[in-house]
Amino acid sequence: MVIYGVGLLAACMLVGVILGDLLGQLIGVQANVGGVGIAMLLLIWVTNASRFKVLLEPPTSSGINFWSAMYIPIVIAMAAKQNVVAAVSSGWLAVIAGVAAVAVSFAMIPLLARLGRSADE
Amino acid sequence: MSTVVALLEANSLVTAFVVVALILAASNWLATRIFRGQVHGSAIAITVGLLLAYWGGLVGGGSKGLADISFFSGLGVLGGAMFRDFAIVATAFGAELDALKRAGWVGAMSVVLGVILSFVVGAVVAVGFGFTDAVSISTIGAGAATYIVGPVTGTALGADSGVVALSVAAGLVKAILVMVATPLVAKRIGLDNPQSALIYGGLMGTTSGVAAGLAATDPKLVPYGAMTATFYTGVGCLLAPSLLYLAVLYLQQLF
Repeated sequence: MVIYGVGLLAACMLVGVILGDLLGQLIGVQANVGGVGIAMLLLIWVTNASRFKVLLEPPTSSGINFWSAMYIPIVIAMAAKQNVVAAVSSGWLAVIAGVAAVAVSFAMIPLLARLGRSADE
Repeated sequence: MSTVVALLEANSLVTAFVVVALILAASNWLATRIFRGQVHGSAIAITVGLLLAYWGGLVGGGSKGLADISFFSGLGVLGGAMFRDFAIVATAFGAELDALKRAGWVGAMSVVLGVILSFVVGAVVAVGFGFTDAVSISTIGAGAATYIVGPVTGTALGADSGVVALSVAAGLVKAILVMVATPLVAKRIGLDNPQSALIYGGLMGTTSGVAAGLAATDPKLVPYGAMTATFYTGVGCLLAPSLLYLAVLYLQQLF
């Protein structure tokens, strides 16, 4: 059933968020520490565990796939609710940060590729 | 007419589905007809979303962009932290542990290194622009990773909404640039085999940027880049509000 997939996804997120909150309290940060990341690792682990394979027949998995496909639309809605007016007053920051991040990342690709090749040999 | 508007406001989340669908449809049309596939439809849609948020901020005068206008209030729910995190977790479903293991340690390392590199670059730029609080610096650094890691980090750390918007904008600039620049630099950076595609996906991280960038370069490379990129946002959401934020706090105490 589709709801099994949605429920599994929801359970993973809730457990992740709870663990993230506990982790935050543990290290004394007033924040949820990596709850979403933990939830993702949990979902990958659960969906790859053989004992849960029964749960992931097509109708069930479509409950997860739907929300995965809703990711871009949700990001668009998220963009539409941002405080852009406040951000625009320091507009160059975003451009410079974005361009610099891409330039540095592009430059690293040949370096890492060489490392990977020498490791293979 | 006023009844119709009242009904749309009463069913605000459903209205938001229609609004986002229309934005995406228009953006995909623009992407194929005007930009001829040079820019990904979702990137245009996000830009449109940010422009609408700017307009909504001017008209509504609030801090939630278009969602402050009651007709569009459903966007606040759909684009809120709950659904956003839910959808992010769902994207992990496509990732297979075995495929990542095959990618080897370089693939995994490129994801971690990519997050750290972009975070550092974004954080340095933020400091250069006069930000002094660790929360804002970390949020902008996280935004330079992807436009998801930025808001997730910002929400987790309690950053100002304007700073979150900046981090989304930085991530958006990155995503669009990756889409446009990848086919131009592919030869120079040796992006012509599965392994370099894995590294590329891990370093860039922006899923839409990587998918569109590789599709424009060599469609055969898309699954490899997308594989590592799928992990990037997760690793970013794990590292940015925790270890990387603590590193910023630590460095701040030194200076």
